[in-house]
Amino acid sequence: MDSAQAYGYMLYFVSLMTMGGIYAIMCLGLNIQWGFTGLFNAGIAGFFAIGAYVTAILTTAASTSHLGGYDLPVAIGLISAMAVTAVIAWLVGLLCIRLRSDYLAIATIGIGEIFRLILKNEIWATNGARGIAKIPLPFESLNEPWNKIGFMMLVLVIVTVFYFLIERARLAPWGRLMTAIRENEYSARAAGKNVERVRIEAFVCGSVLMGLAGGLMAHYIKFIGPGATEPLTTTFLVWVMLIAGGSGNNRGAILGAFLLWAIWSFTEVLTGRLPAELAVKAAYFRIFLIGLLLQIVLQRYAGGILPERRPSLNIKA
Amino acid sequence: MIPRSQKCFWADNNFKMDFINFYLIPGLVLGSIYALGAIGVSLVFGILRFANFAHGELMLIGAYITYSLMVFTGLHPLMVLPIAMLFTSLVAVGIDHTFYKPFRASKSTIVIVASFGIALMARSAVQIIWGVDTFSYSSGRIQMPMILFDTLRLSHKHVWIVCCSVALMAVIHLILTRTRTGKAMRAMSDSAELARLTGIKTENVVKATWVLGASLATAAGVFLGWDSHLHSMMGFYMLLPMFAAAILGGIGQPYGAMVGGLVVGLAEELSAYPWIGDSPLLSPAYKAGVAFALMIIMLIWRPSGLFKGRVF
Repeated sequence: MDSAQAYGYMLYFVSLMTMGGIYAIMCLGLNIQWGFTGLFNAGIAGFFAIGAYVTAILTTAASTSHLGGYDLPVAIGLISAMAVTAVIAWLVGLLCIRLRSDYLAIATIGIGEIFRLILKNEIWATNGARGIAKIPLPFESLNEPWNKIGFMMLVLVIVTVFYFLIERARLAPWGRLMTAIRENEYSARAAGKNVERVRIEAFVCGSVLMGLAGGLMAHYIKFIGPGATEPLTTTFLVWVMLIAGGSGNNRGAILGAFLLWAIWSFTEVLTGRLPAELAVKAAYFRIFLIGLLLQIVLQRYAGGILPERRPSLNIKA
Repeated sequence: MIPRSQKCFWADNNFKMDFINFYLIPGLVLGSIYALGAIGVSLVFGILRFANFAHGELMLIGAYITYSLMVFTGLHPLMVLPIAMLFTSLVAVGIDHTFYKPFRASKSTIVIVASFGIALMARSAVQIIWGVDTFSYSSGRIQMPMILFDTLRLSHKHVWIVCCSVALMAVIHLILTRTRTGKAMRAMSDSAELARLTGIKTENVVKATWVLGASLATAAGVFLGWDSHLHSMMGFYMLLPMFAAAILGGIGQPYGAMVGGLVVGLAEELSAYPWIGDSPLLSPAYKAGVAFALMIIMLIWRPSGLFKGRVF
């Protein structure tokens, strides 16, 4: 193995860790919603897209084709992405949170779909189907491997920080109340807890992480358009990551994200070597197999790789 | 090129006919298609107690099977529709047996996750088998619409779609009210426990539900494909309007689903009519939002639907 090859492998590893980390952030978000609280969110890609577009509009240089040109620092873009996602998730929560999980699932699919329509059709703001390009990458001034490594470190630091925050929240009364609602909403209500409020909080917190992941992804691939990520595949992948890793377990969520992303990426490399016509079909075959994996995990290993472990009762919180 | 003033004059003269030809009739056609799909969603939701996210994919599979049968036999899609219904029913019963049955006793939320996965699997299976190109049932020959009373334009396929839908709904009505299985389905939708206590074989009822739901979904998919064309995303795009229709009519209420389907279809088409001024009230690009808005309003205002369905 010569040095150029090793360098290539290293870059691939960096991209694997970066994308895995971005998915891990979404997975942690879904873990708050589904793993802790039992809220079914089928509109992950919608919140992801909001985050991506907000930061794209705020941090790009002036352009005639879309809203923006504010040229703001990336940090402000990402924080705004989270803030806007929070507000939208809060509004959605106010509307839908009282619905039973089945209805919430349908409603979130609808919301994701409407976001997609808006992003596609409001051309003045989003440049429609052509999307927003030239989104700045943080650490862009550094030399070739170091800018990518720098961004990977940024993503991994964010994952670590949120892991500790969410793990702390899980052990705190806030997180326990979420699980109490998931297990039995009525007894939580009977204990005098404000179920609606906690569910909205869980929905907003989870969605903010999805928005942040969207923002990071926009900076990483430097482009965002309605077709940049296939919405259902993104949503679905995050779901499989969480279920396979271990729903309700933060470490499981992160492990699932990295593991599934590695599988997803490796199989893409493999199918990419097939002749063009077969490669197209193989892409759908990958989705089919990931779906099958979900079914196997659901039926045989319901807890995932790292099953949920409830905090002991006499914890000093 | 028609001078502007003349064009406006023509449009004014045919103001009402435009409304009927280009908004009301397409709305009715779309509404019948939604209604057929929504009956299945509503029955499955009522009897198996979960929102089947893969119902749109049953439409997709049915429509593509019909296409293959049409190519294979050279017959009109309507002629091969019953055979396609049979195949799609087998697929639905197979999916239920393999992927949904293990979760009968568990919380319904797990089954939604499973059905979400099934939807993706079914869609990718269609994309693997038939590819991602769009197909059309018609051979490219444009049929001139029937013109009644000089101004009412009816295309043949629209007449066929609405008539067949009405006939299918009549059949559903007879099955639900006259046959033992149909009555058992209604009983189980009311209360699964009581149905079991009275000796109804619930697993058979579940099978019958899937056969009925899949057959109607096939018809809906074929009609939709006939009205426009076949593509692999058609099932997913139908999901939201079908759920909106089922919720509007009341979950577990097949008649409600029929009305709900018509309301959603009409609302989607009529929302693009220039009610105020010259431009469409709502840009047609946002049609999908109409179904969603109706659904949310209904869920908040009256979750049991118009026809007193179940609230879970």
